Amino acid sequence: MPLLQTPLDALRRRRARRSPFPGLGLTLGVSVTFVTLIVLLPLAGLGWQLSQLGISDYLFVMSDERTLAALRVTIGAAALATVFNGVFGLLLAWVLVRYRFVGRSALDALVDLPFALPTSVAGIALVALYSKDGWIGSLLAPLDIQIAYSWWGIVVAMVFTSVPFAVRAIQPLIEELDPLEEAAARTLGASDWQTFRSIVLPKLSPGILTGTGLSFVRSLGEFGAVIFIAGNIPYETEIASLLIMIRLDEFDYPAAAAIAGTMLALSLVLLVLINIAQTRLYRRLEGGQ
Amino acid sequence: MKAKHLLIALAVLFALVVIVLPVAVIFQRAFAEGFAVWLAAVSEPETRSAIVLTVVTALIVVPVNIVFGLCAAWAIARFKFPGRRALLVVIELPFAISPIVAGLCFLLVYGAYGPVGGALQPYGIQLMFNLAGIVLVSLFVTCPFVVREVLPVLSVSGEDEERAALTLGASGWQMFRLVTVPNITWALVYGAILATARAIGEFGAVSVVSGAIRGQTMTLPLQIELLYNDYNTTGAFAAATVLALLALVTLVLRGLIALTHPVRGAAQ
Repeated sequence: MPLLQTPLDALRRRRARRSPFPGLGLTLGVSVTFVTLIVLLPLAGLGWQLSQLGISDYLFVMSDERTLAALRVTIGAAALATVFNGVFGLLLAWVLVRYRFVGRSALDALVDLPFALPTSVAGIALVALYSKDGWIGSLLAPLDIQIAYSWWGIVVAMVFTSVPFAVRAIQPLIEELDPLEEAAARTLGASDWQTFRSIVLPKLSPGILTGTGLSFVRSLGEFGAVIFIAGNIPYETEIASLLIMIRLDEFDYPAAAAIAGTMLALSLVLLVLINIAQTRLYRRLEGGQ
Repeated sequence: MKAKHLLIALAVLFALVVIVLPVAVIFQRAFAEGFAVWLAAVSEPETRSAIVLTVVTALIVVPVNIVFGLCAAWAIARFKFPGRRALLVVIELPFAISPIVAGLCFLLVYGAYGPVGGALQPYGIQLMFNLAGIVLVSLFVTCPFVVREVLPVLSVSGEDEERAALTLGASGWQMFRLVTVPNITWALVYGAILATARAIGEFGAVSVVSGAIRGQTMTLPLQIELLYNDYNTTGAFAAATVLALLALVTLVLRGLIALTHPVRGAAQ
């Protein structure tokens, strides 16, 4: 036994004892090289650019009226799209799991379509649909409702690109529900709504939380689908991702990095919070049983 | 059951308006002036070269992603090492990072003013605003796909058979080819299909690093934007039908694999 044991020695001995399989060096080497070059280094680049910036420059970029407006537009639209997706994601998931009807499996497959469709394709399709002479836009025009080239267009694009998150996060939890509990509640005199609220909804809450959370994060960063339909008017319908792109085209890398770093931090913090909240919800549900 | 029918009707209506109509309108617009016009639009030289670039990108990105995915899944499933969880988190990170932010990150490191790009410049190597840049960001956005499909299957299956193969004197490579790969084939195919779809369709991240040189560094999703902004709507929608068809094919393949090989359901 050597006097000084390095972590590597410990690793070698543990490996020799535990795993009879070959290839750790090769596979781990490839993996670590890959994630370093493709994931970590680029992220470090953003961090490095931000550290060059300094607090005061950062605050200068972020307190700019146009930046603030872009953040407001993006977060507001993402929030509304998420609420919409929460409600309809729950509805779709419920119908897909609980009812048998003609075309159910087709409907189930269709839910993934927004994930499969490239965002620029979705973008021009949504404009074609919601502009004044489009199938939906022409119906809304007489009512004086304009969706394409307005803030509402951004919401529509975000709903499209992120709705699968909500459905797919809620679906498995509905499958796990015990219909007997609902039947029991009804036997005891609860109405449909009461049963849903006090028996079903609490058990679905972790899925609803994850689904809406992922939907929100995706909406915050959505670019391709949004820029075609948004109109992209500064202060009104300009999303944060587009503003980053504009700053890049002006070679204003510090400003681009400041906005990008803020958006990235926001997404990561949200994802961590969702994770923590989800663990707590599950624990509470299990404790209640 | 009134509630049941009402809910089904609502869900179907919602899916039609939100999901089906956008896809239907693509085909309606693309073929509005007839098949001949569509054919002329997709075989237009710039669009054709965009299709070629997109295919080339996918042909480089997907095999690299498969090799990486297999390596990472093997290391994580079969060994315990410090930083194992951290590696998993890092692999999943690209899902949490928006396309434009991702593109910017690559520009900051691999661009001419970045540390790596700057160091390579004296040797005449340029990594951004060309095929290399498009490939690099595509590797980023597709990073998790193969690993997250293969890993769950690999962790629950094959360990005993592999041990047996090794005991009987198989080399590591023989064991991998004859025992491991057959166990994970469908998860691997599934992940590769998802990675292909993403590599072909990525827009935001690619648009940051492509340089947008007409006929040279425009992938198909970028070409759609270009045509659209040129008021060549028919051309844009014709190009879009190619990608929409690929998306539909992806969905059908996914459905078929999920149906015939439900074991990969463990990945979800």
